[in-house]
Amino acid sequence: MKKDILKHKLVPDHTILSDTEAKKVVKNLKVHPEQLPKIKADDPVAKAIEAKPGDILQITRKSHTAGKFVTYRLVLE
Amino acid sequence: MDIEKVEKVVKKKRTKFPEKLIQEIAEAAERHNLDDKELDELVKEIKKANQRAGVENGEAVGTVAAQSVGEPGTQMTMRTFHYAGVAELNVTLGLPRLIEIVDARKKISTPTMGIYFDEEYSADEEFVRRIANRIGKIILNDILKDFNVNYANMNLSIEIDEEKVADKRLDYDEIIAKIEKAFKKVDIDKNLLSFEPTISDPKHAIRELRLLADKVRDLQISGVKNIGKVVIRKEGPEWAIHTEGSNLGAVLKMEGVNKTRTSTNDIHEVEKVLGVEAARNAIIHEAQSTMEEQGLTVDVRHIMLVADMMTADGKVKSIGRHGISGEKASVLARASFEETGKHLLRASIRGEVDHLTGIIENIIIGQPIPLGTGSVGVVMKDKK
Repeated sequence: MKKDILKHKLVPDHTILSDTEAKKVVKNLKVHPEQLPKIKADDPVAKAIEAKPGDILQITRKSHTAGKFVTYRLVLE
Repeated sequence: MDIEKVEKVVKKKRTKFPEKLIQEIAEAAERHNLDDKELDELVKEIKKANQRAGVENGEAVGTVAAQSVGEPGTQMTMRTFHYAGVAELNVTLGLPRLIEIVDARKKISTPTMGIYFDEEYSADEEFVRRIANRIGKIILNDILKDFNVNYANMNLSIEIDEEKVADKRLDYDEIIAKIEKAFKKVDIDKNLLSFEPTISDPKHAIRELRLLADKVRDLQISGVKNIGKVVIRKEGPEWAIHTEGSNLGAVLKMEGVNKTRTSTNDIHEVEKVLGVEAARNAIIHEAQSTMEEQGLTVDVRHIMLVADMMTADGKVKSIGRHGISGEKASVLARASFEETGKHLLRASIRGEVDHLTGIIENIIIGQPIPLGTGSVGVVMKDKK
């Protein structure tokens, strides 16, 4: 059940970024991690992929306009 | 022409196109049989057009989004302010629904679910009907043949209609177990049941009996919590269930239910079961289909911006006093919106500082606003 929700059509792909990837993303976007949109650690998807507070998740959305859009969310407690 | 080739050309031109644009270029190149040189030229032109079409730095996208959603909203008010029935179910549409979405109401007025089934079951009417009866609310009254309140003997006798039980694909033993659990003084003889009220005060005996009669009739024998009526519909080759009321978490756990397409129109429930990102998608989908149903088209980008703002904090929050507008950092901005006195008083008690970084604050004090050309400043480098 826990993993099932990841297949739902409303749920885009979430992946946890490694430390080096996260640093690169933050640097490229020229922001502090706290300025990123947030996701709660008890969010069903964050729980399913076992993300911990402080992690940055890469979210690959299906977009009506761009086809594919990559965005990031910071995991909050 | 293949996509990779276009990607290569785009990279050579030192630019970045969205995936969809690259796909479209590839399709166009294929259609017109472009050679390498022509493709080069095409990409060059598209690069220019794409840059021109992009939002400029410092553009007030939020205001534009608000106006773009708000203007068609005024037309909605005139056309519909009531409910329109879709099939046998009542679903809130039009402006009331749009308000519900942006207000992020906890309890929406007409929650509804669309339940679909896995491939092996989707054409199986019998299976779908059985699931529908497990999901939909069925009370004891629905399966009665006879119902008698006997005031002489002070008891209640009912007869369960076995045909109805079979028609609704219910399990007889389960029903009996539910009845035995709910009522203590019950006498069961096959499908004939008789109930006796617990009478504490003989003066109210008749009232007690009547109350018991209502209670017996309303006993729920099947159904998922929060779901009422269900409608079974054939959509193309497959069967689907639409419900009044919604409980996504419980329905997704049921066997045979399609776990990717089954959804609800309750955004908070989507957030709870599938997370914020799903809630963002649900907001976009609901808002857009509400507008489209009314024959209005709003560019998705505006709705996407609204949905992004509503979900940026990791939870769904409303637009307006209790959400985005009420959480602005600046006291002056908040005070100029709603509840002026409350915000000014609280800010003075707490000693809040206003850094004058927003638009409203700067208009109030008569400075250039940080928008468009106003958003650039000059910084001088110390000469050392």
